[in-house]
Amino acid sequence: MATRTLITVPPSARRGDVIEIRTLIGHPMEPGFRADTQGRQLARDIIRRFVCIYGGETVFRAELSPAIAANPFIAFHTVAQDSGTLIFLWEGDNGFSHSESVTLTVM
Amino acid sequence: MAADAAAPTRRDALAAGVGLAASVWVRPAVARESLAAAVAAFAAGTPVREGKVAIEVAPLVENGNTVPIKVTVDSPMTAESHVQTIAIFNERNPLAEVATLHLGPRAGRANVSLRIRLADSQKLVAVARLSDGSLWSSTAEVTVTIAGCVEN
Repeated sequence: MATRTLITVPPSARRGDVIEIRTLIGHPMEPGFRADTQGRQLARDIIRRFVCIYGGETVFRAELSPAIAANPFIAFHTVAQDSGTLIFLWEGDNGFSHSESVTLTVM
Repeated sequence: MAADAAAPTRRDALAAGVGLAASVWVRPAVARESLAAAVAAFAAGTPVREGKVAIEVAPLVENGNTVPIKVTVDSPMTAESHVQTIAIFNERNPLAEVATLHLGPRAGRANVSLRIRLADSQKLVAVARLSDGSLWSSTAEVTVTIAGCVEN
């Protein structure tokens, strides 16, 4: 199944502005504490790490636990410094890895 | 009738049943570290003071499967003085951790929103480590109507 993401970054910002970045990724975040209809415990399958790299520098990083809701939503801020690419990377159990990039224009 | 000492009596069977039930139900609660222990492990000996941190969360939550929370730390977020890490802990989920967020001067504003799961009505604690090494915390009480995490 293709991974779906929703990333909200302002299309342009003035240099020095603090901008909000909102990210959402489609993932079940199976916490590993639930049982299926047969009573078997469902194995944990979560996203463990999220990173946002802006202009080659990590501006935000998060370590997630099973207490994060399905389809993890993370919103954070960063300072608009230079026009460039923001890279978003999600990594998790069972070799899960997904990245997205968004271009930000700084005036 | 002579009772056979070796044969399991009804009383033994009942006691064993109670013990088994206790071991099955109590296990998650025993296995997880307490909220205070989780905060102490993060603090690693540094005193944690109340203040500077704010948790925005609805006091009454209908569905524990997705609870929006926002953590804000009062910090200028400059190279000299900024928030390095925000760790969020819970009191009664199967695991004490919620998330650990790493910020820096490039964040501009120490304000992060997440959607979390809550297995029960409980306390949430957010601890922020600032660039000077000090730790600040805030607590929020949440009442949950439908539990998340453990049930479907």
